Amino acid sequence: MVDPMKEPAKISAREVTSPAVYFNRRNFIRTGILAASAVATGMVYRRLNHVATGEIKTARIEGLTTAATNDVNGFRVAEPETSLQDITHYNNFYEFSTDKEGVAAAAANFETKGWQMSVEGLVRKPKIFGLDEILKISPPEERIYRMRCVEGWSMVIPWAGFSLSKLLAVVEPASDAKFVAFETLLDPKRMPGQRSDVLNWPYVEGLRLDEAMHPLTLLASGLYGRALPPQDGAPIRLVVPWKYGFKGIKSIVKIKLVAAQPRTTWNEAAPNEYGFYANVNPQVDHPRWSQATEQRIGESGRRPTLMFNGYEEQVGHLYAGMDLRANF
Amino acid sequence: MKESDLRFARLLVLINCAVPAALLGRDAWHHQLGANPVNFAILTTGLLALIFLLLTLLVTPLRKLSGWNWIIFSRRTLGLYAFFYASLHFLIFFCFDRSFSVSGTLSEMVKRKYLMVGATGLLVMVPLAVTSTNAMIKRLGGKRWRALHRLAYVAAVAGVLHYYMQVKADVRQPLAFATVLAILLGYRLVVYWRQRKSVSAAVTSVKPKPEV
Repeated sequence: MVDPMKEPAKISAREVTSPAVYFNRRNFIRTGILAASAVATGMVYRRLNHVATGEIKTARIEGLTTAATNDVNGFRVAEPETSLQDITHYNNFYEFSTDKEGVAAAAANFETKGWQMSVEGLVRKPKIFGLDEILKISPPEERIYRMRCVEGWSMVIPWAGFSLSKLLAVVEPASDAKFVAFETLLDPKRMPGQRSDVLNWPYVEGLRLDEAMHPLTLLASGLYGRALPPQDGAPIRLVVPWKYGFKGIKSIVKIKLVAAQPRTTWNEAAPNEYGFYANVNPQVDHPRWSQATEQRIGESGRRPTLMFNGYEEQVGHLYAGMDLRANF
Repeated sequence: MKESDLRFARLLVLINCAVPAALLGRDAWHHQLGANPVNFAILTTGLLALIFLLLTLLVTPLRKLSGWNWIIFSRRTLGLYAFFYASLHFLIFFCFDRSFSVSGTLSEMVKRKYLMVGATGLLVMVPLAVTSTNAMIKRLGGKRWRALHRLAYVAAVAGVLHYYMQVKADVRQPLAFATVLAILLGYRLVVYWRQRKSVSAAVTSVKPKPEV
């Protein structure tokens, strides 16, 4: 029995922790510090440098038909489609974030209920459309287009929508209308990227009327058979497959037919780098980088960029006799 | 600080600096670098090179201002990691973006000024990495070695400029790097001026009075 009042037992020499054990303990602590700090560094790295992933749960589009394909209309390109994951998690949409991998998260709760789009200007029948009214103009078709970003990467995207010309036919352009101007929603509360003036908001774009009337020019409301996710321009956007991606203005609230060439956002931001036409052209480099090749998302290595993004047969005549170097 | 503690601190820095590279390698192996893996890896290693360059340049001011002399041990490791990540950055560009094509790389560099600037930054780091050993410090002598290693300032300026020049519109991040770099280099300028002033003051005070 141990008596607590008894003089404590002398610590015998044998009980003293041996240097070997003592230093093991120290090594143990040090290993712990090393591991903990490495984990912390790893967490910081992950936090600052994460890759976006997520599911797309937008509504399926009813009555989607396959665009009539023949060899000449270019409605369905015969190249492997880019994955839905990549199309929806690698976006240039500065209204939400300038980080391509950050747009999906920043746009996740973007509300498009009650969306309206005004079609006005030099038209006989100007009208403010509700989204449903726009979607009823023509049954949605699936069009598989190449998408070439001015930054040098590209995708193949199965869009859902109809030719912009069908909407324009409804409002009946006047004879003096020569250009079409487009405008994105301006609402910094819903589009947080608009709180910083990286670009001059709202985003505006434009096309010549004959470009806008071309059957390839698409008013898109979906992709992969689903309604457009916010990060890809919900609820309605423009797709002009032979031009650099930035011409495909997103989340459109206004379309105005005008007589003179409208101003465009990127052209205003850097006039020497981004022209009004912005036709994909491997021979005309961006002042800071080559446009001769592109990184197709999902592929390894770069592929050569095609004239008018491979739609030369369909749209080349629109630019006959034009100096494409001057009108970049 | 005890020698064993210092050795441990050195190991701590060595391991932690390697963590981003290890995670990047792991993610690449598992195809988890996102939609544009090559670009992602290029951007990541570039940013890491810049971060390590700035950390390297932070050591001396921090040491002088805080009096923690011992932290000097980390400077060489941080600097070598900056060189490591910058080299990786270039190699990924060369191998996966340019498909190992020397002519493709050179023609692209001629077209893209920011690539020239970046290459300059990387090239000036080569002699610094080569002369980072104790033997080399001894061989060069402290004074010459220090003069040579001021090239680190050139590398950092080139790196930040290289980043700034290629951004499309959102220059906030490159400007943040530029601001930190300006502070770190500004500190050195102030120190330099003060030293010159005190030296010249000392010289003035010992000047013999002119005879009347």
